[in-house]
Amino acid sequence: MAAQTVLQKLEILADAAKYDASCASSGTAKKNSLGGKGIGSTEGMGICHAYAPDGRCISLLKILLTNHCIFDCHYCVNRKSSNVARARFTPQEVVDLTLAFYRRNYIEGLFLSSGIVKSSNHTMEQIVEVARILREEHDFRGYIHLKTIPEADPEIVYQAGLYADRVSINVELPTDSGLTRLAPDKDARQIEGAMGKVKADLVEAKDARKRFKHAPRFAPAGQSTQMIVGADAATDADIVGKASRLYDNFRLRRVYYSAFSPIPDASAVLPLKRPPLIREHRLYQSDWLMRFYGYKPSDVMQATEADGNLPLDIDPKLAWALKFREAFPVDVNRASKEQLLRVPGLGVKAVGKILASRRHRALRLDDVARLTQSITKVRPFICAVDWRPVTLTDRADLRSLLAPKAEQLELFAA
Amino acid sequence: MTALQHVKLGTYYVVHMPEPDDFDFWRERARALVQCDVPPDRIAWVEPGGSGDLFAHGERRMPVPPADAGPVRANRRFIALAKNAILHSDPQRFAQLYLLLWKLQSNPRIMEDKADPDVRRVEELDKNVRRDSHKMHAFVRFRLVESEDEEVGEHYVAWFEPDHHILRANAGFFMRRFSNMRWSILTPRGSLHWDTETMSEGPPAERSDAPGGDPMEDLWRKYYASIFNPARLKIGAMLKEMPKKYWKNMPEASLIPELVAGAQGREAKMVEKGALEFEERPDTLEAIDKAIHACRKCPIGALDNHAVMGEGPQDASLMIVGEQPGDQEDQAGRPFVGPAGQLLDVHLEKAGIDRRAAYVTNAVKHFKYVQRGKRRLHQNPGAKEIDTCRWWIESERAIVKPKLVLAMGASAARGLLGKTVSISKVRGSPIPLEDGSELWVTAHPSYLLRLDGPAREEQARLFDADLAAVRERLEDLA
Repeated sequence: MAAQTVLQKLEILADAAKYDASCASSGTAKKNSLGGKGIGSTEGMGICHAYAPDGRCISLLKILLTNHCIFDCHYCVNRKSSNVARARFTPQEVVDLTLAFYRRNYIEGLFLSSGIVKSSNHTMEQIVEVARILREEHDFRGYIHLKTIPEADPEIVYQAGLYADRVSINVELPTDSGLTRLAPDKDARQIEGAMGKVKADLVEAKDARKRFKHAPRFAPAGQSTQMIVGADAATDADIVGKASRLYDNFRLRRVYYSAFSPIPDASAVLPLKRPPLIREHRLYQSDWLMRFYGYKPSDVMQATEADGNLPLDIDPKLAWALKFREAFPVDVNRASKEQLLRVPGLGVKAVGKILASRRHRALRLDDVARLTQSITKVRPFICAVDWRPVTLTDRADLRSLLAPKAEQLELFAA
Repeated sequence: MTALQHVKLGTYYVVHMPEPDDFDFWRERARALVQCDVPPDRIAWVEPGGSGDLFAHGERRMPVPPADAGPVRANRRFIALAKNAILHSDPQRFAQLYLLLWKLQSNPRIMEDKADPDVRRVEELDKNVRRDSHKMHAFVRFRLVESEDEEVGEHYVAWFEPDHHILRANAGFFMRRFSNMRWSILTPRGSLHWDTETMSEGPPAERSDAPGGDPMEDLWRKYYASIFNPARLKIGAMLKEMPKKYWKNMPEASLIPELVAGAQGREAKMVEKGALEFEERPDTLEAIDKAIHACRKCPIGALDNHAVMGEGPQDASLMIVGEQPGDQEDQAGRPFVGPAGQLLDVHLEKAGIDRRAAYVTNAVKHFKYVQRGKRRLHQNPGAKEIDTCRWWIESERAIVKPKLVLAMGASAARGLLGKTVSISKVRGSPIPLEDGSELWVTAHPSYLLRLDGPAREEQARLFDADLAAVRERLEDLA
């Protein structure tokens, strides 16, 4: 076989990387290339340099070093028993590609992952080598996200954290039994052990920097993980519970949910009706409720239906509000921030504006309308100077009044 | 500009802005006008290039504030907002900012009142400008110009069309990011040039001033097309963040129509090549028997052969799983009747296991072979074929519910575990299965058939030991 060109390798190794949902380039330490030898900056806010027709942002060059793999995870397009085309980049090729793309302002940096070749340690060393060349030889100051391999030696994983802005380890499946079944070579305890080690390293590095200004940074954008949704029997309640434990135990910045999507040459063990994309969306919404709206995991679980899953036709916040109508209406002129955050249709920003504005005027319904996206959704749940929902809040058909029309849902699900 | 000594009541003032984004100039004029108590509706702010003809009778000289004029209030929030909002291309922005500054004098906390229409309007301007800047950071695309002059070296040039007057305000971002790179950004409103040490400004440019392409764009387009997942088309989400107006200056955007058009076809192909849609799980052994005869989910089923169903009591506590039917099993339609089956019978008897009490089946239901003359030579099933057939062995397990499963050979073990294991490592001790039963793994009897001499004796001894352990365990479980 003729040697593959970089173009051919890129096609294979980008295609193989697209099932990783994360693309964030935000939340890292501020740095720029003034006074350096190379290029690159991170200024807090992530930048999405392009959007693909799947609606996902393209912020980083997201590729695998190789899609050869000795593991045989059934949901993965790169598993050993799959017949996909294989390719392998050298570390230098990845470095050159990253820099060439960065100079043209196509990307914020690199997200590098890899199939496992030879051994976990060997693979992890190769990943770290790419980051080392970028940082040390080219003084690259853009964003680097490295996927770390739970089975690799902790010392090598630690090296990765010294070069990277973010490191991540995928928990892959929300339940241990799902992992045993679909990723037979992986081990839940090993994955969590590795996440625990990264957490300890993060805490220690942060602590050291408080005392010593020049202590090395360790993954300033923290660690994240990904769960595949719909490949095993886990319900939304299971997933929410797992996510919240992960947030608590490992100080994760983000948990990504990836709706299982058909892959070429899939394994027959997969179930396979693919979950509606809207399910992934509802999980992200519930994730947001827990991280920014003060919902406890138990609150979100209360919003699930009898089968343990969140309703697909309405968002989890509305679902919760419809179940707990006695908590409404809340008075926008008097209610606490926590109460306002529970009102369907009021976002964090809108609540901030209401709190600031009500010191200056008694808010009328019109005022609230100006501060929110859509007053129709909010109206049944609030009181204002000139507004009381009276019977609206108690109407039995409120859900159908507020649920988006079915056609709109289809658009989402497409 | 000479100054007016006294403010005349009813005078209409005209202020010509020297630059569309000159905040300091605006601030200085606005401060003086506030101090002279000139109300917003008595001032016309004119963009550079604007004639201000409508205000021909207006006063172009600025009033001089009285010596005892009080300070002008402007809090930090207002200044931050105004600095950015003034970059907006709306000609009314100077007036709107002045109006808000005017109101701020009597209501110092007005900025907190998000429901105030004037605060909202300025915040809206600010939001639009921030978005435009953000899109500039994101969508500028540099193209490399190689200079013949060695000294000059590489030069990266971009053409961008911002909606607002944001070019100068964003010079710092590109400088901090690309500080060791020579670059220029050309726009219809002006241009920026960075030579790795100093920034200079140039006149408005045209698209034709910028290079028409870059060899790296082929790679970038390939990346764009490959990272896109056709199984999850969300065009609305893409358009919201990357409106069409930006597409003409982004090399990758030319691919969008074909990617969208091809997506459904690609997804269908992925599903066809990949996920096999199995029907409902059959709930009787007869139904499985019928279904496996029709199964063509892997290429083995399409060969000239017959499916071989497992046999034995439906409530057997032991399930014995082999690899696949051989030539003789295929013809007889029963498992383990050929040479390997006969050898198995011998060893089972020796271990004291009654074959008739066990449910005997195979990991793969059809015989895989290659034709050599008149003979059909056995071929090992591939991992994918075993995985495909797992559906059937699992269906059998769900009905028979054995307490113990004995897998003979690596293929059988994979059919039960989903992964390939080394027999020498896992034999001799139980592996728990999800349904609470346990799996024991041993060699396949046909392996013994291929050996002779001491090697065969050794393997036969191990095989017997495994079977003896299984019998003992079965007695424990009974």
